Parts: sequence; structure tokens; C-alpha cells
Amino acid sequence: MAMIILLAPLIGALICGFGWRILGEKTATVLTTATVFLSALLSWIIFLTFEGPTQHIHILNWIQSGSLDVEWAIRLDRLTAIMLVVVNTVSALVHLYSFGYMAHDENWEPKQAYKARFFAYLSFFTFSMLALVTADNLVQMFFGWEGVGVASYLLIGFYYKKPSANAAAIKAFVVNRVGDFGFSLGIFALFFLTDSIRFDDVFAAAPVLAQTNLSFLWTEWNAANLIGVLLFIGAMGKSAQLFLHTWLPDAMEGPTPVSALIHAATMVTAGVFLVCRMSPLYEYAPDAKTMIVVVGAATAFFAATVGLVQNDIKRVIAYSTCSQLGYMFVAAGVGVYSVAMFHLFTHAFFKAMLFLGAGSVITAMHHEQDMRNYGGLRKKIPLTFAAMLIGTLAITGVGIPFTHIGFAGFLSKDAVIESAYVGSQPAFWALVVAAFMTSFYSWRLMFMTFWGKPRGDHHAHEHAHESPKTMLIPLGVLALGATFSGMVWYNSFFGNEETMRNWFGMEAAQHEAAGEAVSHEATAAETEAPAAAADTAATEAPAVVADTATAEPAAHAPQGGIFIGPDNHVLHEAHLVPEWVKLAPFVAMLAGLGLAFWMYVTSPQLPGMLARGMRPIYLFLLNKWYFDELYDAIFVRPAKAIGRFLWKQGDGSLIDGTINGVALGLIPMLTRLAGRAQSGYIFHYAFAMVAGIVVLVTWMVLAGGAQ
Amino acid sequence: MTYVDFTTVLPEVILALFAMLALLFGAFTSKDATTTLLTWVTAALFTGLAIWIGAAGSGEHMAFGGMFNDDPFARFAKVTILLSAAAVLVMSQDYLRRRNLARFEYPILIALSVVGMMMMVSAGDLMALYMGLELQSLALYVIASLRRDSPKSTEAGLKYFVLGSLSSGLFLYGASLTYGFAGTTLFSGILRSVANGVPLGLLFGLVFMLAGLAFKVSAAPFHMWTPDVYEGAPTPVTAIFATAPKVAAMALIARLVHDAFGSIPGDWGQVIAGLSVASMFIGAIGAIGQRDLKRLMAYSSIAHMGFALIGLAAATALGVQATMIYMAIYVTMNIGTFAFILSLERDGAPVTSIDSLNMFSKTAPLKALAVMVLFVSMAGLPPMLGFFAKFYVLKAAINADMTWLAIAGVLASVIGAFYYLRIVYVMYFGKETEGVGSRMVPVQWLMLMGSAVIMVAGIINLFGIDPIAAVAAEALVR
Repeated sequence: MAMIILLAPLIGALICGFGWRILGEKTATVLTTATVFLSALLSWIIFLTFEGPTQHIHILNWIQSGSLDVEWAIRLDRLTAIMLVVVNTVSALVHLYSFGYMAHDENWEPKQAYKARFFAYLSFFTFSMLALVTADNLVQMFFGWEGVGVASYLLIGFYYKKPSANAAAIKAFVVNRVGDFGFSLGIFALFFLTDSIRFDDVFAAAPVLAQTNLSFLWTEWNAANLIGVLLFIGAMGKSAQLFLHTWLPDAMEGPTPVSALIHAATMVTAGVFLVCRMSPLYEYAPDAKTMIVVVGAATAFFAATVGLVQNDIKRVIAYSTCSQLGYMFVAAGVGVYSVAMFHLFTHAFFKAMLFLGAGSVITAMHHEQDMRNYGGLRKKIPLTFAAMLIGTLAITGVGIPFTHIGFAGFLSKDAVIESAYVGSQPAFWALVVAAFMTSFYSWRLMFMTFWGKPRGDHHAHEHAHESPKTMLIPLGVLALGATFSGMVWYNSFFGNEETMRNWFGMEAAQHEAAGEAVSHEATAAETEAPAAAADTAATEAPAVVADTATAEPAAHAPQGGIFIGPDNHVLHEAHLVPEWVKLAPFVAMLAGLGLAFWMYVTSPQLPGMLARGMRPIYLFLLNKWYFDELYDAIFVRPAKAIGRFLWKQGDGSLIDGTINGVALGLIPMLTRLAGRAQSGYIFHYAFAMVAGIVVLVTWMVLAGGAQ
Repeated sequence: MTYVDFTTVLPEVILALFAMLALLFGAFTSKDATTTLLTWVTAALFTGLAIWIGAAGSGEHMAFGGMFNDDPFARFAKVTILLSAAAVLVMSQDYLRRRNLARFEYPILIALSVVGMMMMVSAGDLMALYMGLELQSLALYVIASLRRDSPKSTEAGLKYFVLGSLSSGLFLYGASLTYGFAGTTLFSGILRSVANGVPLGLLFGLVFMLAGLAFKVSAAPFHMWTPDVYEGAPTPVTAIFATAPKVAAMALIARLVHDAFGSIPGDWGQVIAGLSVASMFIGAIGAIGQRDLKRLMAYSSIAHMGFALIGLAAATALGVQATMIYMAIYVTMNIGTFAFILSLERDGAPVTSIDSLNMFSKTAPLKALAVMVLFVSMAGLPPMLGFFAKFYVLKAAINADMTWLAIAGVLASVIGAFYYLRIVYVMYFGKETEGVGSRMVPVQWLMLMGSAVIMVAGIINLFGIDPIAAVAAEALVR
């Protein structure tokens, strides 16, 4: 079954991509959609019925070279099952949605065929993403990782006649190279130290890595931390975290379904998936985890601030995505991987829905993307409005405090924030402020689009129309997910630790007793935690760390989709945070909503005044903290200058110059000389012979070995 | 002269006797009318001897107190010489007949020259060596001026004779110095004497002898005669010059340095390396300016001799093996190329200018293809056999820690590729000018196509000459 899930989109992509001229565009696109729907159906079956230990499904041997043995296998566990559902569901719905969205495209000539290509790319992306999430070893994962990168590049640049789309595609690709370089260094380091790239071997060796030092660049590093950081750099690139985030907003140049699928729901979450997948390693890499928290929280905050002032509807959602990814990383960084996955899971639904909703608005408004030209669309496109409203309610986290009833975002985001409170106070505050801003910009988007008076082009507003069914059905399905996915799976991901451990197929918690004791003594038991861990090590089965200390390396990898170290009690303690902490995100959400309502509905002149009043800050935010300009000055220009220098001076003048000089100048000159020497006179020839022998004899006298 | 000595030297004796009998036969019967018959019989005899030597010869024998050697190395060289001489003989016969040059002395002179060459490669003594050398040269001096009524041909013969005499003088001077310091003319004796230290005079002798022999292989700076003689002599004679004597002289150098001076490779190695570099570059650079195919082939053979000398400069068994393989491949390529040059004519007159080949591919696509294969092979581009020839010598140089020599060789071959490829260019993309006819008798066609096919097909296992050359080299380098 897993194999069908993995290969069906590939087959669809190949047939559609290469065979559409024979099959016809319509058949080909329907075929890809059907294969992805099949994958989605099977994924849900696996997701709902899967239990027990991790399964390895061998497909083929791929690379065998020395001790490197890469096989192609599917690693099926809870983590994979979650990702399968996320990827295939969103992908299937986006395929369906694209029938409507891509039906008429002004970027192409009337008779130009582009749909088959688009669907083939989408299916190829789906296959690559599945290869990534089902990987059983790092090389296979890297294959998928690069595959989604290629698909992303192709789809961002889908409108290849637009220079801006091509630039954005190249930017996405190049920025991702930076991250991928880190990722591949991490893989090399793991192979170097463990002599294997299989996850099981790597995980089993993690405790040893924590004791190992590795020299890299200028100094010695703890191997586990170094590898953790390198892998995280890869994750930063793919998941658009701070410093490597610049490509994501530009990637909105691609068609909107692509933004929904790749740049919101699936590919960008690959980084989070990577960190969760490598959780057995990160549990032994405290410094790397700290870095993840810092970067995640900073991204969540930074992206939210930029999102406040953007006017392009897709860019607002893009920064929102960036910010939400920061949330996930914070959760993973503090050690509650299940919560990171929880937020990933719910986020996929509501963010895909927001994007598809935005796409629906854009279609209705004849490809107008500037929110300043919207307004009052509530009545014109009621179904889209309803969907966007549900999405906004979900992302801002609306629910009933102190219960487990609410939209998906309410449950998962609150879980993240509560975990952050236990793991890192500054991160907690950053996330709460970000939650306030999330609420503000999400509602700002809603109010600017659907409330108020129509602005901008009259013509567009008069002809605004509801989207076709193929676009509305996906919105409806996603609305279900955005509403209920949090409530249904709350316990599995976060609510009940035992359920969670069962669900992920992990061993029963070793620290249950100790953790209980801690919780009775003090709620914020950070100082106690090491003691508790020591307790565990002494009383319960020997902890893995102790195991390695006695020179016996852990022979087997930990069970389950994720791994939570014996002295990691964050999840447990997150349930015991003070009441005000649980209330904080809700308050922040209400404040954001209130402020947005005041500024964009009650007194719409306020934002303009504010922007004028605090112009520097406004510009700073509007220009995304000047990251692009900074990178342009630091990296792009020097790189171009070096390239130009090597091209003009190095290649043009030096290499070509030398070769041309020798070939066109020196050799012909020598040829003329040789021709002149060949005078035809015997005495010249004889003289040359005599001169030759004189030279040879002299040489032998000077250099020869005669006595 | 004992019976054993006689058996060892039997092929040479047979050939020498044949030459005398053929001379009598020709002189006393219908003179030039017998040329065709004599040519075919001579070629047949060459081939027969080659087969006999190649198939029946085994082991190492010495005759006349060490003055004559019959070892695998000599046999390898002799087979190459005999076969190439036979090939050139039969393919030039038609040309000579039509140009009214078919003298009955021609095959006889070549037979005598071949006897000299066989003497050279078997020599175990400076006297024997010189005897062979002079026998070979004298015969060639005569045929260089075969076309007595042409000033160019006469000039070529005279130039060759005068300069050849100078080189013989250099060689003899070196030989006498060697004799003076070593006290013997036997190679084995010289080798023993060298073992006790090398007096400067002996070294002088070595250098002079090498200079004399370098003239024979037309290595720079003793190459100056080559373009003039190649151009002036009738094409069949040029074909002879470019093939068999080169093999003989190259083998002779190998024999002299290894048999007589094998224990001091450092000394002669650098002389040969110097000659080699000079030849490669002068050959490559000089050829660029040429407008005449035969002059071009002269420079081409100068450059090729430079490459072959790389193998000798390495002073190892692998090097000698590489040189012998190089020579075998070189001879094959040249036979094919000269078969083609012999066939070129316009209005019944021979043509040798490069410009006449303009758009030759239109007139004769198959021949053009074969010629392209040959020239590409000469340039040393894979997958042609010429590449492997160069590959072997360069590898030998690198294995002998003479990387600089290998680098020089590669550079020279890059320069040299230009003029080979220019001919291909002219044939396929040249200007539309007055074309040239290529009139071939079947044997020429066979030689051209055969050698082109060998250039391509030979890459599989070099037709098995690799192990034979290895055995030959083993016999020489001990």
C-alpha cells in the first residue's frame, strides 16, 4: 500500500508530462489528479489504521560503494503516516482546485498548452515530497529534499515569460542551496562518524555522538551538536527560517495553488519534519536545540511584524506561513516534537485553505492581488468569504479557553505556546506577541478584503464572481480540517502523554513516576529536572546515556516515530503551566482582533495616519527589515563582481588571451622562423647539424656523468 | 664462417643474393620491361621473409663472434621493415609506370637498402652497424634522384647524399672515439668498459654517434634535409623514406644505447630527450606553414620521430616497447597516407598541394573518410590507434619520472593537431576550387582503406603486437 502511495504520483507525473500529446491535455490532467486522490485515500487508511512498531518496506538497492549502502526503502511509522496524510490530502485538493484556477490563464497565448505541464509538475512534486517523508535513510531523504527543490523551482518559475517569476525561482533555488549545503555537510558528518546513513544506525549511535568531538572549521565541536546545527541549517533553508527566509515571499510569483501546496502546507514544513525525524539525535544535542528555539522564535516574531504592513494578499499569507513555521520550530526546539507535528498538521489545513481562498479572491478580482483594491467582497463571493473566515478563525486560534474545544489553530498553537513557556521564557513572550500580530494581520486581511466599500477598479468589482465548484469543494474539505483536526487529534499529539506515546509507537515513558513526583513538588521544575533524570537513571532501566558511558554503545535505535529523551519532561510540564499562560494567547488573539477591527472597520483613516506618523518604522517593516537589500549588498553584488572579474579578466583576458596569443601570435611567428631557416642551401643545413652537435657536446660536458 | 653463423644470417644472405641475381636477370634480359615482374617478386620475397622471420625465429642467437644478433627485438624490427617496404613497393608500382620511372633497378636498390636495414637492426658491433647503415644509405641516395631528368629530384638526391655523408662522418668520428676509449667495437665490450667508469671521450663518442643516427631518423636539429628531400624525390621514394628506414634507424638507436651504453641511461637519456623535444616542436610548428602535402608529411615524420624518441628517452623496457609500437603504428599510418598521395592527380600530372584537396569529400566521400581517419589518428585523437601510440610513449615517460617530457609531448601534439585537422577541414569544408582526381589501382585502394580500418579496429588489442613488442623490448633492455 505504501508503495502505491509513493509511486502513483510519479507514474501520473511521467504519463502526464511525457504523454499528454498522445492522451490529450484533459485526460492527462485528470489522470494525475486521480493518482494523487488514490494516494490520498490510501494515506488516510494508513493513518487511521497504523499501529505497532516501525515498518521498513524495501523497494530496491540503490547505491553500494564501499561501506556506503543506500537502499530505497519506505520507513513507515507514525511520523510518516502524518506526513502522508498532510501531503496527499493537500496535494489532491490542490490538483482538484487547479482545474478551476488554471482554466484560463492570461500568461499564455490562447492556444498554448500549459495545463499538462503544470499538473505533471504538481504530481512530480508530490512524488518527491513523498520520497522525502518516507525515506529510510538520509540519502533517500536528500533525494526527496532536492526533488521538491526542483519542483518548487519549476513551479515558481512556471510563468517563465515573466522576468520576476524567473528571478524568484532562481532566488528560491540559490537560497535553498545554502541550506542544502549545511544539510549535506550534516549527512557527511554522520556518515563519517557512524559509517552509515540509515536512520536506525544513526539513531542508535546518537548517544555515542554526544560523547564524541569532531573538528570542523577552526575548532573542536561536540559531534551531536554540530550535526544538529548543520541539519538545522538545511531545515532553515527549506522552511524559510530567519536569514534564509528571503525566497519564500518572492516564491508567491508562482500560481496560487502552488503557493498553497508547496509554500504553505508541505514543502516548507519539510524542515520541521527533518528536525522531528532526527529527534533521537537532537535529544542529545542541547545546544542545537537552543539554536532552533532562538531561530524559530525570532522568525515567528520577525515574519509577523512584516506581515502587519504588506498589501499583497499572498505576501501577507506568505509571511504568516513563515511565522507559523517559527512556531513549529520552537516546539521542536524545546523538545516536544509531537506538538511541532501537531501544529504542522493543523497548519497544513488552515494555511492551504487561506491560500486557496486567496486564490479564489484573486480569480474573482481578475488577478488583482493588492488588498487596497479590494473591499466589500463579502456579498459578492459568500462561499469564499466563509472559507476565509474559518481559516482566519483557525489561524488566529479561536476557541474556548481552558477547554479543548476550538478551531485547529487554537489547540495546536496554544500547545506550542505552553510548551515554549516551559522550555524558554523569552521564546514564550516572542510567541505571544507574534500571536497578537498574527491575529491583527489576519483580521486586517479579512477586513480589507471583505468589509468596507469597494476600492480600486470598478469594473473588476462589478464582475467579481464566485469561483467554480472545482475550487470551492477543496475549500470545503479543508474547512472541515481547519475546524476539527485540532479537536479530534488533540490527545494523540499533546493532550495525553500516554496516548501520544502509544500513538507514536514509543516505549512507555521511563520518567512517568519521577515526572509525577516533580510535578507535585513544583510546577516550574526546571532546576529539579536533572535530579529527576538522575533518579531515573538510578532506579529505572539504565538510561541510554549511562549505557554508552560504560563503553557499550546502544545497539538498537529507539522505538517509534519520534524520540523523547529520558530527561525531557517538557511535554509533561506543559500541561501544568499556570492559568495565565494558557490564557495569554487567547488574550493576544482578542487584542489583535479588536485593534484590527478598530483600525480597518471603525476608523479606516487610522492606518494611513499611523504610517505617516511612524514613517521609519513603517518603511522598515514594509521593506521586510531590508533583508533583501542587505543580502544584495553583502552577497549578491560581491558575488556578481567576482563572477564578472573571473569572466572578463580570468576567462576572457587571461585564459582566452593566453591561448589566443599563443595560437595566433607565437606559433605562426615560430612557423615563419622555421620556414625561413629552411632556406634550401646545403651549407645552412650542414651548419645547423654542426651547431646541433656543438650544443649537445657542450651540454654533455657540463651535465654528463663523465669522469 | 661456420654453419651456425650462416644459419643465423640466412635471411640477409638470401636477400642479398636475390638482389644480385635480379640485377643480372634485369640487365641481361629486357631491362625495364622486367620491372613489374621484379617488383612483385621482390615484394613477395619481402613478405615471405617477414613471415619466415616472424613465424620461425625464436630465441637469441649470435653470429660472427657477436657482430650479428638475432633476437626478438631484431625480428620485430625486421618484420616491420620488410612488410612496410613490400607495401610501399607494390603500391608505388603503378605510379612509377605511368610517370615513366619504372626502372628495373628500383626494386633491386630497395632490396639492397632493406638488406642494409636488416643488418642495422641486428648489429652487435660498430663495424657491422656502419656497414648496414652505409648499404642502406647508398641505395637510398641513388633512388632519391631516380628521376634523373628533374632538377628537383637530382637536387634532393644530392642534398641527401652530401648531408648524409656529413652525418656518416659524425658517426664515424664518434665510433672511432668510442673505439679509442673502450678498446673495442663490440657492443658487449663497450658495455663492459662503461661499467668501469665513463671517460669524457667515450661520452663524446656517444654524442657524435647519436648525432649521426639522429640524421637518419630526421630528428631535430639534424632534420633539415627532410622537407627538401621529401618534396624533391618522386613520391614513391618519399614513401620509402618515410617508412622502412625510419624504423631501422630508430631500432638502431635503441640497440646502440641499450646494448652498448645500457648502464648509463642518465647520459644518453637526456640527449635523446633533448632531440625528442626539439623534433616534436619543430615538426609541429614547421608543418603549420606548409602548402605541400609531401613537405607536410616531412614535418609530420619529424614530429612523429620526436614522439618515438620519448620512449627511448625513458630508458626502460616499457619505453622501448612503446617506441616499437609507435613505429609500427606510424608506418601503418604513413603507408595509407602515401597510398592516397600517390593517387592524387590532375590532368594526368601528380598533384601534392594541400589546396587541391578542397572539397575532396564531394568527389570521393569514402576516400575522404579514410584519409580523415588517418589524419585524425596522426593527430593522436582517440579512439584512433594514433592516440594509443602516443599514450604508450607518454606513459613510459611518466613511469620513468620524466613528466616534463610527457607534458612537452602533449603540448606539441596539440600544436600538431592543427595541421592534420586543417587537411580534414579543407577536404570537408574547404572552398570550391578546381578539384583533384584520385586515381587508384586496387592495391593502393587496399592500402588506404586497410590502414584506415586498422586505425579504428586496432584499438581492440592492437592486433596483438603489444605482447610481441614487450618481448622484443625485454630482449633489449636487461
